[in-house]
Amino acid sequence: MDFLLVQFLTGLANASALFLIASGLTVIFGVTRVVNFAHGSFYMLGAYLAWTIVRALWDWGGREPWLFVLGLLLAALAVGAIGALVEILLLRRIYRAPELFQLLATFGAVLIVQDITLALWGPEDLPLPRPRWLRAFIEVAGERFPLYDLILIFVGPVVLGLLWLLFQRTRFGILVRAATQDREMVAALGVDQRALFTGVFFLGSALAGLGGAIVLPSQNANLQMDLAIIAEAFVVVVVGGMGSVPGAFLASLLIAEVQAFGIVLVPKATLVLVFLVMAAVLMVRPYGLLGRPQAHARAPTGSVAPVIRAAPFVLKVVGASALALAAAAPLYAGPYGLTVLIELVVFVLFAASLHLLMGPGGVVSFGHAAYFGLGAYGAALGVRFLAVPMEVGLVLAPLLAGLFGVVFGWFVVRLSGVYLAMLTLAFAQIVWAAAFQWVELTGGDNGILGVWPSPWARDKALFLWLALALCIGATVLLRRAIYAPFGYGLRAARDSELRAEAVGLNAAQLRLVAFVIAAASAGIAGGVYAYAKGSVFPTYISIPKSVDALLMVLLGGVQTVSGPIVGAVAFHGLFLTLLQWVEWWRAALGLAIVALVLAFPEGVAGFVQRRWEARFGAAS
Amino acid sequence: MSSHAPILEARGLVKRFGGVIAVDHVSLVVHAGEMLALIGPNGAGKSTCFNLLNGQLRPDAGEILLEGRSLAGLPPRAIWRLGVGRTFQITATFASMTVRENVQVALLSHHRRVWRFWRAARETFVAEADGLIAQVGMREQADRPCGVLAYGDLKRVELAIALANDPKLLLMDEPTAGMAPAERLGLMELTRHLVRERGVACLFTEHDMDVVFGHADRILVMNRGRLIAEGNAAAVRANPAVREVYLGSGATSGGH
Repeated sequence: MDFLLVQFLTGLANASALFLIASGLTVIFGVTRVVNFAHGSFYMLGAYLAWTIVRALWDWGGREPWLFVLGLLLAALAVGAIGALVEILLLRRIYRAPELFQLLATFGAVLIVQDITLALWGPEDLPLPRPRWLRAFIEVAGERFPLYDLILIFVGPVVLGLLWLLFQRTRFGILVRAATQDREMVAALGVDQRALFTGVFFLGSALAGLGGAIVLPSQNANLQMDLAIIAEAFVVVVVGGMGSVPGAFLASLLIAEVQAFGIVLVPKATLVLVFLVMAAVLMVRPYGLLGRPQAHARAPTGSVAPVIRAAPFVLKVVGASALALAAAAPLYAGPYGLTVLIELVVFVLFAASLHLLMGPGGVVSFGHAAYFGLGAYGAALGVRFLAVPMEVGLVLAPLLAGLFGVVFGWFVVRLSGVYLAMLTLAFAQIVWAAAFQWVELTGGDNGILGVWPSPWARDKALFLWLALALCIGATVLLRRAIYAPFGYGLRAARDSELRAEAVGLNAAQLRLVAFVIAAASAGIAGGVYAYAKGSVFPTYISIPKSVDALLMVLLGGVQTVSGPIVGAVAFHGLFLTLLQWVEWWRAALGLAIVALVLAFPEGVAGFVQRRWEARFGAAS
Repeated sequence: MSSHAPILEARGLVKRFGGVIAVDHVSLVVHAGEMLALIGPNGAGKSTCFNLLNGQLRPDAGEILLEGRSLAGLPPRAIWRLGVGRTFQITATFASMTVRENVQVALLSHHRRVWRFWRAARETFVAEADGLIAQVGMREQADRPCGVLAYGDLKRVELAIALANDPKLLLMDEPTAGMAPAERLGLMELTRHLVRERGVACLFTEHDMDVVFGHADRILVMNRGRLIAEGNAAAVRANPAVREVYLGSGATSGGH
């Protein structure tokens, strides 16, 4: 019983930090509609800056508690300023771009911040020295409980109260609430949106920075903080209802307690538990606990998807030539070249499978890596436990991925918009957590090794041809499906669900089938990748992998059928080049993403198509 | 006209929203080849009544029969399968497709050919689609995307889509809203011609009294959720209850 009380208090303490981060994220989303991946980076910067500032203050005035608090607040203000700067330099230029491009830009910022942090503070974890008063305990029902954690419990409610005052009593707060409900109307009433958005980014980032700063005494500042927290923060924001600060408060309590007791009850599945709670909440309340449907989410003008036309003859020739060139690669390329080519081929299918969902399906998945990873693990588990040959493993891959596609898709197609995207992210994190935590089955972080091709396919050239046959074959089938009646039905459901249902189409069923096809196709890609690498790891399912797929599709151009192919080749090529030649490749990649988003808001292939049609007219 | 068989029959429809009774025991019959107009001032319950008939809303009481078969509880897509075509007050078409592709999708659904993954959709039902497009006078624009069409043309495309399942019943919610006066009469002439020719039953709501009096065979007048009058144009015009409801209420037409 006493133990349960302590566990409960620990949950409350953790809830405070979670609330600080999530409240910032939810305010930013509510006003600007930006799904801000960089929020985790602000949290990480908060921890690092607090480490530097607090230590500097302590060196100057002794290890006093008030200097510690001052240091945390200064760190929060500094992060707020950085957030405002990111808004002014980057996001302000792309508010008119599709929402997903803003997301990509924020992910570019994540990569840049990662490398800057690494450059400034080095790769080691940084612990804050803990003077006696930071290590103090108090007695709670016979158990020792850290005094610092007890104080943290009150930070969340105090910040909630301050935010309430800010939103009820100040002009800025009232504008924030108004913009959360209907930002077009706020703009129409003559409010300076730019100042408002910058202010909101300052506030939200400062909250995230404070969140990172207050966990510093119990967790060291480290380079994994950003992506570790962002998934959790999204869960809290979505469970609470996007844009709702009280909702974020409730949800952070719920999630933190689930974690605190989950560690006791199901230590192997704490991560899974959190995402299951989120999925359950979204099934019962599709807009979160205190969220409301966005009544005034007006479609931006000119956002109509273009007509899909058959590829012009030139494009077919280019495609066939590229395929022939790839098939002939063993004649001119070395082993490294062939390895790169096999990866490219795999990513073309990975991107094409996501494109079916995002383009014709209108279903934005933030967690497509789940199905890629399930394919890889399907093959690897077959090898590990059943010792199946590659031929069978490559059948298991799409089967496992497709099976999970049925289960997850059944839930996903019932939601829409950002909530749908967040649910796909949650499902991907469930799969990732299982691969990471269920060591007996998956080998955990060490992965599964020894996933080798059958003897006949060990020759690189033969494996390349196998990969081409499977991946390019599947990509061609996906293309056909888009041009076939199924693809038209899918697009019909996307363009106007009202009209689609009025002509007898079952929109949810069409989307579900698309989801399963996309999952199975990604599974094939994952299976081939597993045999190409000889091993599988949880990183195949991680958030960056899902973002890779999004990047390929979006940079290629989501509304062009050839976009994902161009995007996969361009993105993976860029990635490999940077990896090989640039020391700070993350920052370089982040900058490249930001530059591409600023230069081609409709994707590279979309840009080429528009220029082509402007010059030669639309082919029909 | 009323000598024809009844296609749609509604009996005692009731719909409440909280304490408000939006539709209060409404009964109506539409016959094959008949244009039946449902009119009434704003807030009379026309749209609610309409949404009950097309499956968008569920009635709290009453029944809806299509050729004697109950439509209660069926979703819109099932109601289409039974032979009901619809046009919307605010047009709903597939913006990323051409006019012909819009009609092709409806035809693919009607012929149950949507679950095909190989053959190109644009090569299916071309002649049939072009036939429908020609009937609504959109032949020149068949290859233009719906995303760029003028509003009046979209209304025509909707009509072609609605005809794709060879319907027994057409439900048109304010078919001429947002159109220029000359276009309105053209569209209604076209609709009336198609209804007569194909023996379709057509129920429509409308604000424009010229359209109503000029094209409806029979008119139902609603006010505050109830039917207050029924009859042909002359009878409805002369009806004292109708005159009272519309007097000074902003009816748009020269008929008064």
